[in-house]
Amino acid sequence: MRWFHAGRFAAMVGKEFVQMRRDRLTFAMMIGIPLIQLILFGYAINSDPRHLPTAVLSADNSRYSRAVTTSMQTSTFFNITVHAESRAEARQLLREGRVQFCLTIPENFGRDLVRGQRPVLLLEADATDPTATGNAAAAFPEIVRRALARELTGPHAGLNQGESPVDIRIHNDFNPEAETQYNIVPGLMGVILTLTLVMITSLAITRESERGTMEHLLSTPIRPLEVMLGKIIPYILVGYIQMTLIIAAARFLFDVPMHGSVLLTFALSIIFIGANLSVGVTISTMARNQLQAVQMSIFFFLPSLLLSGFMFPFRGMPEWAQAVGSILPLTHYLRLIRGILLKGNGLAESLHAVWPILLFWLVVVALGLKRYRRTLD
Amino acid sequence: MPAETVIQVRGLTKSFNGKVVVNGLDMEIGRGEIYGFLGPNGSGKTTSIRMLCGLLRPDSGSGTCLGHDILTQSDRIKPHVGYMTQRFSLYEDLTVRENLEFTARVFSLDRPAHVVAECIERMGLGQFDGHLAGTLSGGWKQRLSLGVSTLHSPRLLLLDEPTAGVDPGARRDFWDQVHQLAAQGITALISTHYMDEAERCHRLAYIAYGDLLASGTADELVSDSGLTTWSVTSDDHDEHGADLHDLAARLKSLEGVDQVVHFGNTLHVSTRDQKILENSTGALRTAPYRWTRIETSLEEVFIDLMNGAGRGRT
Ligand SMILES: Nc1ncnc2c1ncn2[C@@H]1O[C@H](COP(=O)(O)OP(=O)(O)OP(=O)(O)O)[C@@H](O)[C@H]1O
Ligand SMILES: [Mg+2]
Repeated sequence: MRWFHAGRFAAMVGKEFVQMRRDRLTFAMMIGIPLIQLILFGYAINSDPRHLPTAVLSADNSRYSRAVTTSMQTSTFFNITVHAESRAEARQLLREGRVQFCLTIPENFGRDLVRGQRPVLLLEADATDPTATGNAAAAFPEIVRRALARELTGPHAGLNQGESPVDIRIHNDFNPEAETQYNIVPGLMGVILTLTLVMITSLAITRESERGTMEHLLSTPIRPLEVMLGKIIPYILVGYIQMTLIIAAARFLFDVPMHGSVLLTFALSIIFIGANLSVGVTISTMARNQLQAVQMSIFFFLPSLLLSGFMFPFRGMPEWAQAVGSILPLTHYLRLIRGILLKGNGLAESLHAVWPILLFWLVVVALGLKRYRRTLD
Repeated sequence: MPAETVIQVRGLTKSFNGKVVVNGLDMEIGRGEIYGFLGPNGSGKTTSIRMLCGLLRPDSGSGTCLGHDILTQSDRIKPHVGYMTQRFSLYEDLTVRENLEFTARVFSLDRPAHVVAECIERMGLGQFDGHLAGTLSGGWKQRLSLGVSTLHSPRLLLLDEPTAGVDPGARRDFWDQVHQLAAQGITALISTHYMDEAERCHRLAYIAYGDLLASGTADELVSDSGLTTWSVTSDDHDEHGADLHDLAARLKSLEGVDQVVHFGNTLHVSTRDQKILENSTGALRTAPYRWTRIETSLEEVFIDLMNGAGRGRT
């Protein structure tokens, strides 16, 4: 074939591997960045915040409602700081972030409880930071159950059996998807891969031009596709090393539960890694020097970080932002990987997220091949 | 001229940012010829060579290289051309051997290991085999580059100042090799600033400010230049040559004197018009000065061409 020759391609790959191995600092950074990020985020994940400021809006003064608030306090998850007078005041406190939770106890709570009418207990959480509220919210039903079990004695003891005597409702305000802290690790994997892989390959061809080696390379029969793929292959391996580190850390250091197949995650990640590397190579065909290459990488990285659903819940973003986000591979990769690792999705349920990344990849490679300068002009 | 043409270009022109760098270059080089390419810094030699091997696209002009169109068929030209860049363009973070092996594989050579071993032997690179190319001295880098550019037995060598910074022994080896290759029918286009090297070429081209000013054999260039040269010595010069120094200053101001150059204890004086010079220097052609006609050298020819081009421009 005229435009691709296995021998030339292999020569290119071999050369890149040797150069990568010799460039110790870059190599160390590629391994170091994910580790440092993980450890930083890992503390955020491990942190189990207690004494979260809580407002109580109570219209009932029975011993049952007092029992609930007291055991919330003693559980150390909640710290009741305010007794709100009105619904409006409670909302205000939440919105301003003065409290993280607001508990609403309805009128005649005690009376309805003993009558077995299952009164509603509403716990509203400011879930913009789900890592902060997640544990407390998860513990809330159990706290209520124990508090009431101690009070419901004698003739009311029967209420403890079967269904909970109260109807507990937890509302995650401001983040209706209530993404749990576990979302962060798979997401972080996508973010780290995007950052390091795009940046590292964006320097690939630019470096050849800057060092003058492009002149030698262009005078040989090597073809653009061989150069581009040859630059990508070694970093696929780097991408997988990073993935392995992150998944291992998530599993063994931070106990992130993994419901789906890690193997499937690895298999499907190839398209995401490939897409990001191609972005890098394409950037490097456009950038005139390494500084420009880094700037352009960041220019690609920021929207990926902000609009992919990693930082902000995707469905909460304005429509234009969602449209931009849907183009980016990270958006789909987050869905893919959260689906597999957190929900236990299989191949069939994952495919819908695969196609957009694949399409993106093809377009970027085509663009890169078109932009690849075959002369020094 | 040998029958088969290897390079034939017409009107090659290239500008950078609106400045014409190569202006309508015509060039014809036959098989097995060693063609010297000379010209002052920035005259467009490197740019011309890059256009020949497809690294730069000419703005206009056309031509063939090894029988293929330089504009559309550079993919067919590249496998048979050995291009040595002026600036070191090999991988400094690869070893000498790795650089050679990479090139051998990119050119899809049979038995790359053998070819590389042979090249290391031929270029005397054995002692630096496993050294990173970036750690070699300047001259050794040049030799490595030369080895790389001849690795795939190219039919055409485009060598951009291949011997800059190379010691005399290695330069002699290099020229021996080039002549040996030429005898086998390999063509070489070599840019250089060294006059002794220019004399070793079969034919020469001189380019200044993008214009090809002269071409031909060394003898043709000398006789076409119309220059006459004298060697002038002084009988009562002191060991510091003060006397000759004064003479040179006086000669330079005289009509018809085009070049006055010191060569040790002699001055070389050249003119394009013998008559005028003889008239204007009459008073200085007596004792203690002795004037002897000598052959005009290439250097005088080139300096004259360059001055002429400079005058033409201003
Ligand atoms: N890529 C480029 N962009 C802009 N100008 C360029 C470029 N390459 C060369 N030039 C300009 O073209 C002119 C000719 O350069 P070139 O390198 O061809 O000269 P040269 O004859 O090889 O000189 P030297 O003897 O110093 O190697 C110079 O003025 C140079 O500044
Ligand atoms: Mg040059």
